[in-house]
Amino acid sequence: MRYLFAFLMFLASPLFASEEEVVLGLSQDRVAITANFDGSEILIFGAVKRETPIPTGDPLEVIVAVSGPSHPVTVRRKEKKLGIWVNVDSVLVDSAPSFYAVATSAPYGEIISDTEDLRYRISIERAIRSVGAAMHIREAQDFAEAVMRIRENNGLYSIRENTVAVDQQTLFRTAIKMPADLTEGDYSARIFLTRGGNVVSSYETVIDVRKVGLERFLYSMSRNQPFWYGIMSLAIAIAAGWGASAAFRLLRNG
Amino acid sequence: MQIYLPIAEVSVNAFLLLGLGGIVGILSGMFGVGGGFLMTPLLFFIGIPPAVAVATEANQIVASSFSGVLAHFRRRTVDIKMGVVLQVGGLIGAALGVVIFNYLKALGQVDLLVKLCYVVFLGIVGSLMFIESLNAIRKAKKAGGTAPAPRRQRGWVHALPFKMRFRTSGLYISVIPPILVGICVGILAAIMGVGGGFIMVPAMIYILGMPTKVVVGTSLFQIILVTGFTTMLHATTNYTVDIVLAVLLLVGGVIGAQIGTRIGVYLKAEQLRILLALMVMAVCGKLALDLLLMPSELFTLGDSGGH
Repeated sequence: MRYLFAFLMFLASPLFASEEEVVLGLSQDRVAITANFDGSEILIFGAVKRETPIPTGDPLEVIVAVSGPSHPVTVRRKEKKLGIWVNVDSVLVDSAPSFYAVATSAPYGEIISDTEDLRYRISIERAIRSVGAAMHIREAQDFAEAVMRIRENNGLYSIRENTVAVDQQTLFRTAIKMPADLTEGDYSARIFLTRGGNVVSSYETVIDVRKVGLERFLYSMSRNQPFWYGIMSLAIAIAAGWGASAAFRLLRNG
Repeated sequence: MQIYLPIAEVSVNAFLLLGLGGIVGILSGMFGVGGGFLMTPLLFFIGIPPAVAVATEANQIVASSFSGVLAHFRRRTVDIKMGVVLQVGGLIGAALGVVIFNYLKALGQVDLLVKLCYVVFLGIVGSLMFIESLNAIRKAKKAGGTAPAPRRQRGWVHALPFKMRFRTSGLYISVIPPILVGICVGILAAIMGVGGGFIMVPAMIYILGMPTKVVVGTSLFQIILVTGFTTMLHATTNYTVDIVLAVLLLVGGVIGAQIGTRIGVYLKAEQLRILLALMVMAVCGKLALDLLLMPSELFTLGDSGGH
């Protein structure tokens, strides 16, 4: 009977591919973009659930990656022609996230191997896809790098090492700062547990970033009733112009 | 105070926008230009996406021009008849301009051509006006402070058929030159994303020979219709008019335009022109430098339109 039980456990074990699982909490799972939206900070915290004792050997490390919706991006390069700087060639990067933040518990290169990074597309370089890059353009890689450099300078892409705090190989927490210039969409938050460079468990959840209130109303009106939106814009412009003129006349006469 | 713009999808300081609107509004009221050629590049600098900046700017120009033109109506310095003739040309030109713009877009060099347009036209207009007004001031000084002689425009403009009397301007000329001016300005307005006042004003003075005092009001009057038309085109085809951005800019803008119109009354026509010329040349110089100097970032990102 004991042997049978052990045998059953052995059979069942592949189902529990990982012995360590993520239990996650978010300080907020939706970001409301209001008129005075000024960026947001999301606290991501969690615990590692396990049935067995903490494995010995390589310590547990945590990587948190938050990414915005991906869109194709056209990257153009300038060159000097006839004394002026003009766009000479362009590459369409098939998919680049509008926002990407990675937080880790230790220096990135030390806690995850290249093959695992490639498999899960965690680092910024891997999150950008440019399979369709035209072959005739030399240094196609430069274009993908330009996307990263420009967005890093704008604060949209960031990698912050040693910002995930891990306690007793069980509890972890970090804060991801989201800038004010967010675009709408479903943002994904991915959490990876690694040991010795291998991903032992991962977890993914969605953070809903939406415009609300007046922002929502104006945005949908501009898309659904563009004609009336245009008329409204013009009416406001004319009313404001007339109002200011009338107000100034009153001021001068009164 | 940061404010999030729903269409542009960026967060900017509300007071910065009010201030920009105010400064450009003052210039608009003083010179009768919509101010688009100043405001559109300024909006690029603070990080508004170009498509949104151009479309919203058109809407804002409607407000500041309307505010300005009311002040001119009260002082009877608007030639409505001339304005309508120019508007007819302007609408034809704007429609043509959109066709040309889309053709350039297909060639993939629209940014460069827009900038070259700016440099060439601002450069020509600015330096011509600067030289002319310097000469006018010098002549006025030589004549011992008497008013400069009224400009005589006798030439091809007067030899054309379809003559019409423009009483406010004191002109009896053919309608062909104003319509051609309107078309040219309309084309440029659509390509460059501006009201076109900075070209319209000198064209009215030097080609049509209109008195300077009437030129400003008439130009504002013409700009309202052309930019209103542009706003509707952008709102219905590209969805790029940001009403929150427009309101912030126009609150500053309409107040500025009122102040500007009053300042304009106290300045002499030559002084007004020389100031406008200097400003036009400054913007031209800045844009020319951008084209000539090596940019700090050789790569630029653009939407592929596949949203």
